[in-house]
Amino acid sequence: MGFRGRIRALAVERAGTGLPGPELERRLIELGFVEGADVELLHQGLFGSDPIAVRVAHATIALRRREAMAILVTDEVPA
Amino acid sequence: MSAAAPTIAPVIAPIVALVGNPNCGKTALFNALTGSRQKVANYPGVTVEKKIGRLTTPAGRALLIVDLPGTYSLRARSPDEEITRDAVLGRLGGDVSPDLIVCVADASNLRLALRLALELKRVGRPVMLSLNMMDIARKRGIEIDAARLSRDLGLPVVSSVAVRRGGTDDLLREIDGALANLPPVGAASWSVPDAGELRGAQHEADRLLAASVRRDGERDAGTARADSVLLHPVAGLVILLAILFVMFQAVFAWARPAMEAIAEGFSWLGTLVGSAPLPDLLKSFLKDGLIAGVGSVIVFLPQIVILFFFILVLEDLGYMARAAFLMDRIMGGAGLHGRAFIPLLSSFACAIPGIMSTRVIDDRRDRLTTILVAPLMTCSARIPVYTLIIGAFIPDRDVWGFVGLQGLVMFSLYAAGIAGALGVSFVLKRLIWRHAAGEPFMLELPDYKIPQVKSLAIGLWTRATIFLKRAGTTILSMMILIWVLASFPQPPEGATEPAISYSLAAMIGSAIQPITEPLGFNWQINVALIPGMAAREVAVGALGTIYAIDGGEGAAEKIGQIVAGQWSLGTALALLAWYVFAPQCASTLAVIRRETGSWKWMWVTFFYMLALAYVAALATYQIARALGAG
Ligand SMILES: Nc1nc2c(ncn2[C@@H]2O[C@H](COP(=O)(O)OP(=O)(O)OP(=O)(O)O)[C@@H](O)[C@H]2O)c(=O)[nH]1
Ligand SMILES: [Mg+2]
Repeated sequence: MGFRGRIRALAVERAGTGLPGPELERRLIELGFVEGADVELLHQGLFGSDPIAVRVAHATIALRRREAMAILVTDEVPA
Repeated sequence: MSAAAPTIAPVIAPIVALVGNPNCGKTALFNALTGSRQKVANYPGVTVEKKIGRLTTPAGRALLIVDLPGTYSLRARSPDEEITRDAVLGRLGGDVSPDLIVCVADASNLRLALRLALELKRVGRPVMLSLNMMDIARKRGIEIDAARLSRDLGLPVVSSVAVRRGGTDDLLREIDGALANLPPVGAASWSVPDAGELRGAQHEADRLLAASVRRDGERDAGTARADSVLLHPVAGLVILLAILFVMFQAVFAWARPAMEAIAEGFSWLGTLVGSAPLPDLLKSFLKDGLIAGVGSVIVFLPQIVILFFFILVLEDLGYMARAAFLMDRIMGGAGLHGRAFIPLLSSFACAIPGIMSTRVIDDRRDRLTTILVAPLMTCSARIPVYTLIIGAFIPDRDVWGFVGLQGLVMFSLYAAGIAGALGVSFVLKRLIWRHAAGEPFMLELPDYKIPQVKSLAIGLWTRATIFLKRAGTTILSMMILIWVLASFPQPPEGATEPAISYSLAAMIGSAIQPITEPLGFNWQINVALIPGMAAREVAVGALGTIYAIDGGEGAAEKIGQIVAGQWSLGTALALLAWYVFAPQCASTLAVIRRETGSWKWMWVTFFYMLALAYVAALATYQIARALGAG
């Protein structure tokens, strides 16, 4: 928790979701997950630490780890 | 042949559509502009229908304003977003595309809105950007160079504060100006964007943002602090349960003084009519039919108001999306989609808006499952029945020193409904449909907001008047029907039994008796259940009327005592079990038909609920009897 980083790429093939890859990619982008955006892990659920709440730029988005797997992030950027 | 009538060119008012991300304040603006009272709340996905309002601008121009469900793009992934897409693009037969699109944006959270604005530019209609919630943005020290943004974006930009008087003046002026010289309809170049286009647009939006918005970046401090507790993996869940528990306790405990006062009022009214010089039959109609019947339902107004108070406060605070977050895994285990939580929680008030709000769920089966189980959530119309029986049969004492036993039983009835809903969805999704790990759960968590006293008051008032209107229409007419059934035919000369035993009601009730005998129901309950199909609370009024005619003495506040004297504990518990599951509401079934577009799912709901209710009541009664409470 508290992990911060910058989005490097979206790799939808890594997500174990029922959605087709291109559709998942579009949904992630529509919620602001694009390359270069800063993200921070804010909260996680009790069971299997799922779902998670992520700060992306100025919004807070809840999503499941399954889908979040598609978001590749560079290591800590200085806050 | 008469001369041709002078042709009056139909004056068609221009249409202005409010389009924007979920929760940016479109409906709040719509209400401010048109004076309507559409539902506004602090979570994404409140509006699921298209609403049209009229207004006249300061310059005297009449126009139509259209409020739409929020969306992140025009791609339309769920039924509510399809409504927005069709209204913007003018697709459906009845949809005329708007003359002007107002892209509404939350000024404190502009990033995704700017992407949508870029997309809307391609629809080929004039677009303007309204930076709403400017009050919040200012308080947070976010500085927006509107002139620069307008130039870069190529769109007019105005600010608005939907919840403050005068907060829409600039917007109105700008709308007026835009409508005064509408350009000819441009060519629409919108097409469904692919990932590459979306990505490009978001990067473009990020550039625009960097150029004209300065913010000291961080999160809203209050929200961050609150969430560190409310979204804590353990504490968060405990608090959520505690909130629900307090809510149901309060419905029972806090309402009592007000309910007693209302009951007193009706019983005074009954006595007054009783002593008036009127023909006996008319007296019975007024006293037993109207006052005892309708009165016994209106008594529950305080409980309804308290329940809605809690729900409205949670909605306005911004807690609902958090609750969905906390519950996602638990609901997922039962095969329910994370987005199903808010519709199901709203169903505590009434299943109808709950079922409507499932439109935010994109997957058809996920949505259908939610629709099918929503009527199992304990809606406010069950409260009168629960309260009546609990008050009559459960001793009023505290357990563990601080929790009322009656409130605890109430809570367990809610829990039974929830467990039923989870069980049914589990069977549907995991055993019948064998649905693969499907749709993702993605939900924006808005910043907390302090609820506004005025909008809370309006919300409560709206709810209370709906309840009273129902009491005055559906319930009243059912009461009259019940009174007629229970009073005619009149007993023959020299009758030995109570008058009601000769009535149609007794005949009907006794005819059903063989079916409900194993549940421990008597004929009075049977008769009350039938009009209860139209609206659940009618059953209470019907019992009031039947026992009033039967015993002569009963007014609204007395049914509890009468029932306590006449039923066994087993019967009472079986009736509670019946009410947890039974499909006792015609309007809910009608909405299920409309929202699923098929009769099939309506009948599926009806019969599975009926079967559950029968089995639950049967088991309850038989077990109670075996334990000696029959
Ligand atoms: N402070 C402040 N609050 C606002 C303003 N406009 C809206 N709100 C609040 O923001 C929340 C969302 O408002 P809604 O009007 O329901 O938002 P919406 O865009 O219609 O949302 P959906 O129907 O879900 O798409 C509510 O709590 C409103 O009271 C504003 O200008 N200032
Ligand atoms: Mg709305």
